[in-house]
Amino acid sequence: MRTKVFPDAGAALSGLLRDEMTIAVGGFGLCGIPETLIDAVLASGATRLTFISNNAGVDDYGLGLLIREKRVKRMISSYVGENREFERQYLAGELEIEFNPQGTLAERIRAGGAGIPAFYTRTGVGTALATGKEIRQFGGEDFVMETGLVADLALVKAWQADEFGNLVYRKSARNFNPVVATCSQMTLAEAEQIVPTGGIASDHVHTPGVFVKRLILARRNEKRIERRTVRPAKELP
Amino acid sequence: MTTNGTGWSRDDIAARAAAELVDGFTVNLGIGVPTAVANHIPEGRDVTLQSENGILGLGPFPSDPEVDADLINAGKQTITELDRTSYVSSADSFAMIRGGHIDLSVLGAMEVAENGDLANWSVPGQMIKGPGGAMDLVAGVPRIIVLMDHLSRTGEPKFRKSCSLPLTGRAVVDMLITNLAVFRREHRAAPFRLLELGPGVSLEFLRSNTEAFFLAE
Repeated sequence: MRTKVFPDAGAALSGLLRDEMTIAVGGFGLCGIPETLIDAVLASGATRLTFISNNAGVDDYGLGLLIREKRVKRMISSYVGENREFERQYLAGELEIEFNPQGTLAERIRAGGAGIPAFYTRTGVGTALATGKEIRQFGGEDFVMETGLVADLALVKAWQADEFGNLVYRKSARNFNPVVATCSQMTLAEAEQIVPTGGIASDHVHTPGVFVKRLILARRNEKRIERRTVRPAKELP
Repeated sequence: MTTNGTGWSRDDIAARAAAELVDGFTVNLGIGVPTAVANHIPEGRDVTLQSENGILGLGPFPSDPEVDADLINAGKQTITELDRTSYVSSADSFAMIRGGHIDLSVLGAMEVAENGDLANWSVPGQMIKGPGGAMDLVAGVPRIIVLMDHLSRTGEPKFRKSCSLPLTGRAVVDMLITNLAVFRREHRAAPFRLLELGPGVSLEFLRSNTEAFFLAE
């Protein structure tokens, strides 16, 4: 079996990056983001990039690192409220944003990955985000047409992978990663653990290996927490 | 009755919303005051909380040693899991929401119109942060309760004839709980009816601080 495992993120991305490309990235907020691969994209120098990503990181972490270096031309996202440098660049006209309702974004990525060019949804009907899009009635109700999204490159973070590229995510770090893994013909995964093929029970695979072209061991697992919220000690059982 | 009562606190509002939770319901709570509804779930009612980042069955906030960076809610707060918890992708999470499998959502608002239009995602002239999951929730969840302050910071009524801000959804609000009053309507073509007045709030005071039409009897 030809291995998909590369020695590091730079090697895995070698020959894949170019200016103006579209990259889909998994994660919700800072949870489940492919930190190691983002660092390697930063190191590559590729610029004027479009990112499909629910969020835009924070000023000094996640996709915020690329925004800070002015490497991002356009974001396709649902919420970007945690990033001040993003706001500055947007207001200065240096950065474009295409807002999507979060579920519509997830479904657009899922549809793109499944070879479905468009679908109709009730979400967003009557709002500014439906402006200019086809409205069609089903059962007497209005639905808006949304298009599937595909990317030149997709980057995901998994908890465990086997050498065939089967992936398992951990808890809410799953989020957008399974759909992002499907939306490109060139998906790279970073995993906290890589086990020999057969090391993951076949019934427990979240993303089948067919979707993963290249795999690395995640070297950066900082997993920064945006809002650490704990119960006061007195409430402990 | 005084005419200048400030009515309920934000915690009171969350508790009043929690009284609407029905045993067996699956519920999505928005960010801010709606999140506090979880602290007031009435004794004996089994309620499952869903979070749109991909969790069905939210547990309470963790103790310090339980904090897990891979386990956050949609407000990006650390949380815990329960015996019933399942994790899903964002696409499956919104299949629950868009597919009508969530019974109730409690959300915050900037404005609500008398026909149930909701505005809670952007203010023209200010940096737009994005809608997140709010548009999907109001489009897919059959029952929407909105919690908000009755007046804006500048003293303007937020329950209005029509929304001045960009809409999140059309005619989607079923119940409105503010610091001054509780309003409900029977269906999404019906007018809102005043259900309760906050402590120290007179009907006259409420009317003078509300632009929207509502029934009161």
